[in-house]
Amino acid sequence: MKVDTQQGFADGTATAVAGSNEFPVKMDGKNVNVFYGDKQAIFDVNLEIRERQVTALIGPSGCGKSTYLRCLNRMNDTIESCRVTGLITMDGEDIYDPSIDVVELRARVGMVFQKPNPFPKSIFENVSYGPRIHGLARSKADLEALVEQSLRGAGLWDEVKDRLQEPGTGLSGGQQQRLCIARAIAVSPEVILMDEPCSALDPIATAIVEELIDELRQNYTIAIVTHSMQQAARVSQRTAMFHLGELVEVDDTETMFTNPSEKRTQDYITGRFG
Amino acid sequence: MTDASLTPATTATGTRSHTRDIGLKARYAAERRFRAYGLAAVALGLFFLFLLLGSVIAQGYTAFWQTSIQLDIEFDEEVIDPDGNRDSDRMVLLTANYPLLAQRALHEKLGVDPDDRAARRDANSLLSQGVRTQLRDIVVSDPSIIGTTRTVWVLAHGDIDSAAKGQFDLTVEESRRRVNDRQLGYMQTLEEAGVMEGRFNTGLFTFGASSRPETAGMGVAIIGSFYMMAIVLVLALPIGVAASIYLEEFAPKNRLTDIIEVNINNLAAVPSIVYGLLGLAVFINFAGLPRSAAVVGGLVLTLMTLPTIIIATRAALKAVPPSIRAAALGVGASKMQMVFHHVLPLAAPGILTGTIIGLATALGETAPLLLIGMVAFVADYPATPFDPSTALPVQIYMWSGQAERAFVERTSGAIIILLLFLAVMNITAIILRRRFERRW
Repeated sequence: MKVDTQQGFADGTATAVAGSNEFPVKMDGKNVNVFYGDKQAIFDVNLEIRERQVTALIGPSGCGKSTYLRCLNRMNDTIESCRVTGLITMDGEDIYDPSIDVVELRARVGMVFQKPNPFPKSIFENVSYGPRIHGLARSKADLEALVEQSLRGAGLWDEVKDRLQEPGTGLSGGQQQRLCIARAIAVSPEVILMDEPCSALDPIATAIVEELIDELRQNYTIAIVTHSMQQAARVSQRTAMFHLGELVEVDDTETMFTNPSEKRTQDYITGRFG
Repeated sequence: MTDASLTPATTATGTRSHTRDIGLKARYAAERRFRAYGLAAVALGLFFLFLLLGSVIAQGYTAFWQTSIQLDIEFDEEVIDPDGNRDSDRMVLLTANYPLLAQRALHEKLGVDPDDRAARRDANSLLSQGVRTQLRDIVVSDPSIIGTTRTVWVLAHGDIDSAAKGQFDLTVEESRRRVNDRQLGYMQTLEEAGVMEGRFNTGLFTFGASSRPETAGMGVAIIGSFYMMAIVLVLALPIGVAASIYLEEFAPKNRLTDIIEVNINNLAAVPSIVYGLLGLAVFINFAGLPRSAAVVGGLVLTLMTLPTIIIATRAALKAVPPSIRAAALGVGASKMQMVFHHVLPLAAPGILTGTIIGLATALGETAPLLLIGMVAFVADYPATPFDPSTALPVQIYMWSGQAERAFVERTSGAIIILLLFLAVMNITAIILRRRFERRW
């Protein structure tokens, strides 16, 4: 039912944002329900993440947006009591299918967390860890090139090129978060999930990371959970609004912030609740 | 004008906050009381610690000196090998009358009349029975010494040692004393001649069990304890760490793992003597391992140390922040890679500390060793962990039951040695912790 409304709006605003339907669907959730023990956290959510776009997930605290994000790379598997029903596909493949290896899935769907969490190792080791365990580099030179490329991709290379052997935990908060982004893109994922990546950063670091997200959109599919309306408006092309475990509506970001179809979205965006 | 209007306002608010009683006085008083209790508790603890250490050291430091007598011993062939067949019969050198050599040298030094039997007996008993082994070892290791005269420091008898250290009450009537007046005279003569003095007691570290205090040492006990610690380390550390990693990271959280967890915690609280009974029943009676052997002691102590190591390791694993696990899984590490590449290195300092503390507890454990027969009289070094041996705390226990005065100081001396070993282990734990600790 919600899929219909969502598509209706996407059609209606085709001219507003340069044809968001041109972007093929990368990941798709159908009737996704998530339970923590007996408590249901997400109710029948249908949400697609489109290729080479930034999809923002917004909503008040505890609305299930992070939970949905963590379903997309099966990080919820690590929580003992968590149970996911429904169908989540990536390129048409069911990612919860027993034939899908969760380790391989996470190599394809990278993740950046709320709090910067570099390994307590050197900057180089932080970035090279993923490629090393997946055997992506043939030689040491390959690996070094890959590390440089990833750090450049995260806009951190110029700041750290002279101290790659220093611990990653010695960087500033914003640099640490970009290091985590470099670590994520080092394994060449197709999708990057970001769970409130700027909530622990100051405004300047936030601006840098937002700019980076905008650049990453050229090569990666990105889903980002954020508490900041402005951030969603700045970095995303599509926005999904969650409330109490339900998907309220999803639409092109511009439409969403100028002409939301649901009153709850309107109230949340204008700060009447949340 | 503004000033005038402001001043009364501030005083008004000032007085208001003064009159409001929020119980600050009582709160500060409570805090001061609490600090005083804490200080008193710490002071009491320190007092008893110093009392304990003080009494042990005061009684035990003399054990590290042993009164010895310097004698010019003539290794007379007539005495050692009267028939001249030492090359064909090795028993000749082993069974020769070595004490006679030392006694002759002593008589000469003291000018004892060879016909005065009582004087000879008194002089002879200045010497330890240990001179037999001491001189035999010299001759056996180098038979060419026979026929020459050498200066040798020989051990004085335990009673003489105690008397020289002033541990006997000399006001007691002579017949009830272990050292008589003539012997005291001899001692004085020797001391004045500079040939009797307290020398560092290496025997305390090298000798095995002996009923004579001057030739009793902790050598066997140190080797036995070393074997046991090696066995405990080799068995308990890998088993304990593997069990902890499985329980903490891989095991499903269900009723069964809950029961296992509760039981591991209970095992840590089981009295150690019960482990001794278990070892007796399983390792000796059932498995047929030798009694009094370090291998059985090591196995029993391993069982005893395992819960400690498991609890410490699980705590260390739990302390690793979940964000590190999430980061590792997020780049596509398998669970095993997550544990071995990230969690275990971060938990290593805690695991090491727990292990060393577990080892230290095992080193000081006595009760289970009594039950598996390690409380034995073992004079020879155990060549392997399967040979009979004793352990440091058991040696202390055995010496504490001996009657001779010289064993009192040796008991305390042995306690000092045990405490030194423990201190070394604990300092190692602290250094390792400092070294491997990483911040995140």
